[in-house]
Amino acid sequence: MREGPVLALHDAAVGFDGRTLWRQLDLQLAPGEFLAVLGPNGAGKSTLLKVLLGLQKLTAGTAEIAGRPARRGSSAVGYIPQQHTLPTETPLRGRDLVALGLDGHRFGLRLRGRSERREVDRLLEEVGATEYADMPVGLLSGGEQQRLRAAQALAGDPAVLLCDEPLHSLDLHHQQAITDLIQRQAAERGAAVVFVTHEINPVIDHVDRVLYFARGQHRIGATREVMRTSVLSELYDAPVDVLEHRGRLVVMGQHLEGHHCTPEDERTAAPEHDSAEPRHDGRIGAH
Amino acid sequence: MDQFLSSFTVEDYWRLFDLVRNSVITAGVLGLMGGLVGVFIMLRRTALVVHGIAEVSFAGAALALLLGLDVVAGSAVGAVVLALLIGGLSLKDKDTSGVAGVLMPFGLGLGILFLSLYDGRSSNKFGLLTGQIVGVDDVQTQTLVTGAVLIMAVLVLVWRPMLFASVDPQLARARGVPVNALSLLFMGLLGGAVAMSVQVVGALLVLSLLVVPAAAALKVTARPVLAVGLSMLFGLISAVGGIMLALTGEVPISPYITTIAFMIYLVCLAAGRGRGRRRRRQAAQMLDGDRTSGSGAAGAPTAAASSRG
Repeated sequence: MREGPVLALHDAAVGFDGRTLWRQLDLQLAPGEFLAVLGPNGAGKSTLLKVLLGLQKLTAGTAEIAGRPARRGSSAVGYIPQQHTLPTETPLRGRDLVALGLDGHRFGLRLRGRSERREVDRLLEEVGATEYADMPVGLLSGGEQQRLRAAQALAGDPAVLLCDEPLHSLDLHHQQAITDLIQRQAAERGAAVVFVTHEINPVIDHVDRVLYFARGQHRIGATREVMRTSVLSELYDAPVDVLEHRGRLVVMGQHLEGHHCTPEDERTAAPEHDSAEPRHDGRIGAH
Repeated sequence: MDQFLSSFTVEDYWRLFDLVRNSVITAGVLGLMGGLVGVFIMLRRTALVVHGIAEVSFAGAALALLLGLDVVAGSAVGAVVLALLIGGLSLKDKDTSGVAGVLMPFGLGLGILFLSLYDGRSSNKFGLLTGQIVGVDDVQTQTLVTGAVLIMAVLVLVWRPMLFASVDPQLARARGVPVNALSLLFMGLLGGAVAMSVQVVGALLVLSLLVVPAAAALKVTARPVLAVGLSMLFGLISAVGGIMLALTGEVPISPYITTIAFMIYLVCLAAGRGRGRRRRRQAAQMLDGDRTSGSGAAGAPTAAASSRG
């Protein structure tokens, strides 16, 4: 088991073209900890992941992963990108996709075929994808493809698992299965999880802490410390109601529509995703 | 017909074949290369780019003709320059087809302009568009074969990162794969591949060597190595078969090559349909099996509903 914080941000700030997206972010994650990152589009959720992946420089402060500065291609980081469906005719089987996570960044011919095959089999088994290991990835469902992406991300036995809306466009059943899988694997390996999502409810049972971005500010804390009427109203600087219904949280506020597209945020909205974030309310109610 | 048969014997055929041995070797190697490059063309969805590059390579050749330079070199320069231009301009938004669609008509227009300014023999004009393989000499054969082998060698060496970057650029970048550099490298190789293929089938029909074999292979297999192997085999059969058939008649080589390639594609399409149905049945059985055995232990794939499409 790993010791000490596997992820540490100190007084971190990031911005584009002289505008600050977020700042004074202090965060330490212990091994096995599960952090949900919430907030409207363009608030900087995905940018946080880019910082941790070494794809975006901080304008101030430091970002460390497993005790070393965050850098691109680090084997200490596992990454599950947003769910996107692979084309039907992609010439890869499930096991080929997982193998890319293992050594897809290496040039030259693959030399150690057998040990690699064993490793791929082990990963497939851990994510419960053995059954479709030899199926063409293009014929798999979105949930099955996400399992394979989880296996890809786990390939290097990472200290931190970064998930960028991995549940996007999955049905409720697969949302639950993928979340369980990520949480269990992370706990077993002592990896911390940074889980960017526009809805907390699918992961609410697993979340240790919440990081909520809005209007250039943020709040960090246990789920029910952050997801409260008073805290979110202050963060949004407008009345927001957080209701609890059978263990699910419903965030309501008419003004939310307007906040995520202020001019300052629009620029950075592009790398974010198309989820209708402020409509927490309606969709959560449907669950 | 009787006259035709009596005047055309097997012996004659092989004598004729001797004369075009260079062409057959060249076409075979280019067919293999086309099959390998084609798999990435399909993966990266750049089929239109291939066509654009081919047309502009025709413009390069026309310019060389006008200036009295080497036509083959001219087409190669035109192709590689345009390929890199498309690659560079589309790094940001990945819209290679859009950029190619913008540059292609301009390049073709230039080609027509250069040809109209040239007042030499007109037979050269047509050859650039429809292929002129039968005339390759030893030196050209050597150049084309070396070029093709070089392109294949580079692709094999960057195979994994190129595959990774083509399938999932976002993840590949995060894992440290130089995605942009690979994009430019691929466009450079593609430019070279097109420039050489133009020599065999001509600018208009380059897609039949670079795209059709790979498209056919992807219909019948999802195993990466098998896909590449089949694609190269299909390329080889189309190119060499085309030349050997062309020897028997008056029709130029290109229609034979394109027809063989298309026939292979049709066969693969039919075979792929059958395979798709089997896969769906298999998936449905998995789903049923899961239902009857309950949803199983945590982490087991419960709903393996893979009957998309």
